[in-house]
Amino acid sequence: MAALPRLAVWKFASCDGCQLSLLDCEDELLLLGERVRFANFPEASSDIQPGPYDISLVEGSISTPHDAARIQQVRQDSRILVTIGACATAGGIQALRNFDDEAAYRQAVYAHPEYIQSLATATPIAAHVPVDLELRGCPIRKEHLLAVLGALLRGHAPRLPQGSVCESCKAAGHPCVLVAHGTACLGPVTQTGCGALCPAVGRGCYGCFGPREQANTAALSAQLTGLGQTAPGLKRLYRTFNAVAPAFETESRRHDP
Amino acid sequence: MTPESRTLRVDYLARVEGEGALHLDIEGGRVTRAELAIFEPPRYFEALLRGRDFRETPDITARICGICPVAYQMSACQAMEDACGVVLPSQILDLRRLLYCGEWIESHGLHVHLLHLPDFLGFPDAVQMAQAHPEAVRRGLRLKKLGNSLIEVVGGRAIHPVNVRVGGFYRAPARDALRALLPEFDWAIGAAEETVRFVAGLPFPDFEIDYEFFSLVHPDEYPLYRGRLASSRGAAWAVADFADALCERQVPHSTALQSVRPDGTPVLLGPMARYVLNRERLTPRARAAAEAAGLDEACRNPYRAIIARAVEILFACEEARRLIEGYLPFEPAAVPITPRAGEGHGATEAPRGTLYHHYRIRDDGLIEHARIVPPTAVNQARIEADLVALAQAHLDLDDDGLRALCEQAIRSYDPCISCATHFLKLDIRRQP
Repeated sequence: MAALPRLAVWKFASCDGCQLSLLDCEDELLLLGERVRFANFPEASSDIQPGPYDISLVEGSISTPHDAARIQQVRQDSRILVTIGACATAGGIQALRNFDDEAAYRQAVYAHPEYIQSLATATPIAAHVPVDLELRGCPIRKEHLLAVLGALLRGHAPRLPQGSVCESCKAAGHPCVLVAHGTACLGPVTQTGCGALCPAVGRGCYGCFGPREQANTAALSAQLTGLGQTAPGLKRLYRTFNAVAPAFETESRRHDP
Repeated sequence: MTPESRTLRVDYLARVEGEGALHLDIEGGRVTRAELAIFEPPRYFEALLRGRDFRETPDITARICGICPVAYQMSACQAMEDACGVVLPSQILDLRRLLYCGEWIESHGLHVHLLHLPDFLGFPDAVQMAQAHPEAVRRGLRLKKLGNSLIEVVGGRAIHPVNVRVGGFYRAPARDALRALLPEFDWAIGAAEETVRFVAGLPFPDFEIDYEFFSLVHPDEYPLYRGRLASSRGAAWAVADFADALCERQVPHSTALQSVRPDGTPVLLGPMARYVLNRERLTPRARAAAEAAGLDEACRNPYRAIIARAVEILFACEEARRLIEGYLPFEPAAVPITPRAGEGHGATEAPRGTLYHHYRIRDDGLIEHARIVPPTAVNQARIEADLVALAQAHLDLDDDGLRALCEQAIRSYDPCISCATHFLKLDIRRQP
């Protein structure tokens, strides 16, 4: 019997939600277990095998000296490295410290901040090691994860949704919350993939999947300003779970006095 | 027993959410140190919330934990509504309770069947266990999927729901979409009973602790979304007085903030605590299942938490079915909220126990101060104390046996290390 491809799942600074997406594949998990060997998936298994690994799924951003060293080892041990989710691809919510003073953050939370070993910034995996594939989302969609694993196991490139949330929203036939209600919505500048969930319940997109390619954030900000959005409000809008994705970071800095 | 000195380490705890390790020091035949070391990187939520708008808290704090985001959303909303002096109509409260049922089913379903059960049956994980116990694993996956489906219908997304807002929801779900889940809930109630029976027959290590339990209590309902904070030793507090009941302390030479009673006593939160303090308010069927499973009033054996967790799956399935049957869509889906300067407190029952949020906001709605006490930060002191007692009682075991027993005990508390922002511990030394 040919050896199964070896899959590893790694956690850095994160909420666990993206790797949970793998366990949320309730209908596919056991089948997947027949196609790959979970060689390092500590959230789900105490059977932890040494590398090398065929596919590594990496969740979380790099925010401690220890993790900065660990990701190098993970890269070394992995044939294909896939980052999963907003933390791994764009720093995550913990990257808000990058715009501020990390020492002050430490002081605010810990009575003995001197014991905390933390970097001044939380940064995406690609800032540290080469990444073969990025899966967007806060959290990722489990359907995308399965598509990627399926494609990699079959040896071809996965196809992931392209375009903006705005396009998916129109295709789904949701009324435009921005035009109809003047609600602030990042749909026009956000990568599609979520299924336009927020406009579906009548709220504005808050950018979970990060900026789309060639996002015209300046035009959107101008329109939102016309609808009464303040500069601090715009800054907060771009500064959430993908705050250090370049397009969102640049735009938020324009509204940061 | 011959006096011995050894150090036992588990460098990466498996089947828990987040990154943790266990260090145990044994000197001269006595356990001198049990340390649940957490190397989860700090993410500074309480700091990054400062200056954010009060309406952003459900979305931001959900990201503390991908396994129990609803709990964070619920406690955050409740605290902000308290700060703004808003009282919600019963329809919104019922829908929140229904959403929360989904999270209990998903989180407990995951923990019981996929994370904890392999310990008892001698497998490293559920995938490998499925070959010998396919029914238990498939039942767990199907229950878990139903919990996720319920969160999707009410919340719009299983992980980090998008439909929750301060004041209520963005949109009340369609009645048909919820009712479509009813046949699966009919199955789930029987399946959850089967899980209770199954886990009741597991071999439980002999170990007892006289716990002080804490959970919310409410006169009319088994607690999920609301209630007063109560101790199994008899005292009770309003949620706003949480800090009188449990205070954060700094352990010498460590960065851990542990929440304990003011006299330093550790307490236990979670399913066993809720059961001990609220079992009269379970559904008759869940209560009967618990009693048939031998879940007694005292709940002194931490390994038996898996039974309490299974009973709560059954309860949450029944409760969800009841709420769906009575559900009618409503508009508006949220009450309007105007911020005002002030403080607010919120506490709800996350799958792992009471989750407390406290905020101070300005009249423009921006957050000045945030404090979040996740259940695992409270349970941490209790876990360490239990591990000392447990290891002391089983010093005759070799390292592997002792390590397995301790790991299994730790998993009994279902620790969520990603949640426990106050949980980071780099080095701790305790003198015997």
